Amino acid sequence: MPRKADVKNKTMKSPETMISLVWRRFRRHPGAMFGAVILTILVISVLLAGLSPHDPEISDIKNRFQPPSWTYLFGTDGLGRDVLVRVLYGGRVSLTVGFLVVGISLSIGVPIGSAAGYFGGWVDNFLSKVIDATLSLPALMFMILLAAILREIDLPILKSDSKITIAVVLGVLSWPTVARLVRAVFFTFREMEYVTAAKALGASDLRIIIREILPNGLGPIIVESTLGVGYAIMEESTLSFLGFGIMPPTPSWGNLLDNAQEHLAEYPWLAIFPGLMIFLTIISINFIGDGVRDALDPYKILTQIDE
Amino acid sequence: MTEHSDQFLLEIRGLKTYFYTDDGVVKAVDGVDFNVNRGEILGLVGESGCGKSVTALSIMQLIRKPGKIVEGKISFDSVNLRELPLEDIQEIRGNRISMIFQQPQTSLNPVITVGDQLAEVFEIHADLNDEEMWEKSVELLRTVGIADPEQKALAYPHEMSGGQAQRVMIAMGLAMSPELLIADEPTTALDVTIQAQILDLMRDLRNELGTAVILITHDLGVIAEMADWVAVMYAGQIVEQAGVVPLFDNPFHPYTRGLINSIPVLGETKHRLADIDGVVPNLVDLPKGCNFAPRCKAREKYGLSICEEINPDLDEIMPNHTVRCWLYQDTEDHKAPLKP
Amino acid sequence: MGQYIVRRLLQAIPMLLLVSILLFALVNVAPGGPLSQFSRSRRMTAERAESLKRQFGLDKPLPVQYVVWLAGNDWMAIDTDGNGITDSYGTRKGVLRGDFGFSYQNREPVLPQIMDRLPNTVYLMGLTLIVVAIVAIPIGIISAVKQYSAFDITVTTLSFMGRAMPEFWLGLILILVFYVGLDNPVTGKSLLPGGGMYTIGADFSIVDRVKHLILPVSMGVVGWVAWWSRFLRSSMLEVINQDYIRTARAKGQNERKVLYRHALKNALIPLVTMIMIDFPYVFTGAIVVEQLFSWPGMGRMYYDAATSRDYPMLMGVLILGSIVIILSNLMADIIYAYLDPRVRYD
Repeated sequence: MPRKADVKNKTMKSPETMISLVWRRFRRHPGAMFGAVILTILVISVLLAGLSPHDPEISDIKNRFQPPSWTYLFGTDGLGRDVLVRVLYGGRVSLTVGFLVVGISLSIGVPIGSAAGYFGGWVDNFLSKVIDATLSLPALMFMILLAAILREIDLPILKSDSKITIAVVLGVLSWPTVARLVRAVFFTFREMEYVTAAKALGASDLRIIIREILPNGLGPIIVESTLGVGYAIMEESTLSFLGFGIMPPTPSWGNLLDNAQEHLAEYPWLAIFPGLMIFLTIISINFIGDGVRDALDPYKILTQIDE
Repeated sequence: MTEHSDQFLLEIRGLKTYFYTDDGVVKAVDGVDFNVNRGEILGLVGESGCGKSVTALSIMQLIRKPGKIVEGKISFDSVNLRELPLEDIQEIRGNRISMIFQQPQTSLNPVITVGDQLAEVFEIHADLNDEEMWEKSVELLRTVGIADPEQKALAYPHEMSGGQAQRVMIAMGLAMSPELLIADEPTTALDVTIQAQILDLMRDLRNELGTAVILITHDLGVIAEMADWVAVMYAGQIVEQAGVVPLFDNPFHPYTRGLINSIPVLGETKHRLADIDGVVPNLVDLPKGCNFAPRCKAREKYGLSICEEINPDLDEIMPNHTVRCWLYQDTEDHKAPLKP
Repeated sequence: MGQYIVRRLLQAIPMLLLVSILLFALVNVAPGGPLSQFSRSRRMTAERAESLKRQFGLDKPLPVQYVVWLAGNDWMAIDTDGNGITDSYGTRKGVLRGDFGFSYQNREPVLPQIMDRLPNTVYLMGLTLIVVAIVAIPIGIISAVKQYSAFDITVTTLSFMGRAMPEFWLGLILILVFYVGLDNPVTGKSLLPGGGMYTIGADFSIVDRVKHLILPVSMGVVGWVAWWSRFLRSSMLEVINQDYIRTARAKGQNERKVLYRHALKNALIPLVTMIMIDFPYVFTGAIVVEQLFSWPGMGRMYYDAATSRDYPMLMGVLILGSIVIILSNLMADIIYAYLDPRVRYD
């Protein structure tokens, strides 16, 4: 069973039917639907954070370290701020960074992967070496170093603790995965006859890249991007936890947990909720990513029989 | 089918193997009967997806989830294979019944040498020491026509050509001189010249060892050359069975006729190659009545309505020649238009 | 085979060079500049700074600086007083001879300090790796062989959760439960220690060491096992559905041998590759766990150095980490070629 033919047939269908087909198969996935529901709830709560009576950044010392109650559903932190509100605002930050990072890795990774995969030869040789070299750096260590340097250099575009800085730091190390993926797609599809045909008709390289070959990679790219948001959120929270990500007073799930670390014994609720949010977000993204991957897979999924 | 031995080597009755998939139940084999005599070559012919491979795997009890043998008797040397425990089946596999497959190079383990894979058959079924196994393996390779067998035995599958790999598979299949060899499209993946060599090899070995063969193929030419008996399969059922000569001389079933007519004849001038209109039915959604009815020109020609209502049984309309078709069978309400 | 190894080694050299250039660029970009990395004193007059610059070869053009960074300049004649006449040799030995500069914090050479703390990290992460292997490999294999069974579904679900759990949160929860929460019924103190490698001041005891290992190792194991068992499961599944497995069964081979001799041997190849690719994590992956559990290893040292902006130290660890990664990838390729007969015929 030739895989290439199956994927090619998928892309030859008109967009409407393909999207509805993919959606139908996605819906059949209990995990994916569960993930989609959870994520939707999370996103909506995060967007509605402004409705809360509590302010995320203004201190209220006399109410510090309150355990969870009806007024403060997740309790308050060391400066008397409502944890729930801070967690929700932190969600905005994390999600924004997640999407920014994926945006950056796609913007860098797709062109580089396309060039390497399409042109081959010394272009590929060189770009592959760059990709491999980037992947040879210890990730977290490098990101910490980069974050520290960027903080001190104080470039006009990057303010010290803005989400953009973090997104750049994360993006710099995440584009190689996308590039490799795209490169593989190109290696698979550039020998296809319709590419040769297009060339014979005089299509420019750019046109062939964008219109003939790249659409074949849409599936894996979408899956990778979905999961990529999850990875980015995970890494951002790790960096923030260590103090090299989003800086206080801007809340981020990671830096909320950093604050919680000191007071773990006395005020445990500070540690539980932000981490729970990360966990729920990433797990729903992973479910969705899995569901998308299966929905786009040309092979059908076979079920077990009842004995 | 022929009665020249009172016991068939292999007797299949009412075999049904279904696959339970996300999109429905695929009735890959839906009521198949045939026999194989000792030393005989039975050709099992049909288009892709008609169920011939599944039949073969069912005999070997190699059907795995989501497939299941739902019904039927598979009688080998008077023993129902479906009732045997796994260890007994494993005793028989590779030993009394062997199977070889279509893609020889993916059917061999890429990280084990050819010689070791061959020797494995002896390891499982014969009581020999390492040296004896190795010698026999090398001898086998020589017998199937592989040059320089001592060297080749140390090679890995990817280092061989398709033809050589298939010879190795044949060697593995015949190592224990089985009573029955099932060959599932053994030459389909090979060049035509190699195909001829492989078929010759199989025939010679059959003559030497007296092994019965079930030869599965979609190629009528191979059938004509190799088979003693032929069973034609369509959409999970056998639609015609006969000796090879009677089948080609007198194909009764419209599908068989269609197949034979579509073979171009050298020297004959035609405007169009004959083909069979329509496509093979979806095995999840079979038509009511005869599976071939939607495509059958004869049904149209004779204006038969029963074809779309009831699926006919296999009926012996001439000695040793059975057909599953309403053209040749009567019922209360239906008179066969073409009774011979 | 030997040819292949040589070829891969030769291919690794440009990679090492490329990475080294990248790191060299970082060294120069790092605030404080290269001068402060290579001098032992921070406060100096302008002319002393000039003289030091010449001594360290920092007045030379960049490509030369790169060579100096790699190979040192104690073999190069330099001119310390700027009068145009060379008078001595440089003092740098270069990265290739272990000269990673001097730490900002204590003005001591970087590499010996790293080497001092490295064993503690390898001790912790190495044990973690071993536990992960022991747990994940059987789980992955059984999951694949008994696909869709209760075991498989449980494991798959747990892996899913394990992959979504932030390491540091898990660590906090573990500390919360086992150190803050639960108490040892005998001593009345915490069930498990909340940090450190061993109890300070107490005599050496295996039990004590193990107690201190349980939580940090558990923290690392969960996520790692989740990844590995998933990966192994899909490798095994891919192998199990191959034609040659069907052939092995058709030969009458029993299921156990089919599994071990045919399936596993093929699944081993991606497995070993995966282990080699994850191996560098033993060196580079300990930052969070050591910070959480106050572990005196290289990861903690890196974290402290980052907080104090000790760039030479950071660069030193980074260089070491990169070398480990490149060498591990090289080993992965070589082992792969050794295990898979199809590869050698490139």
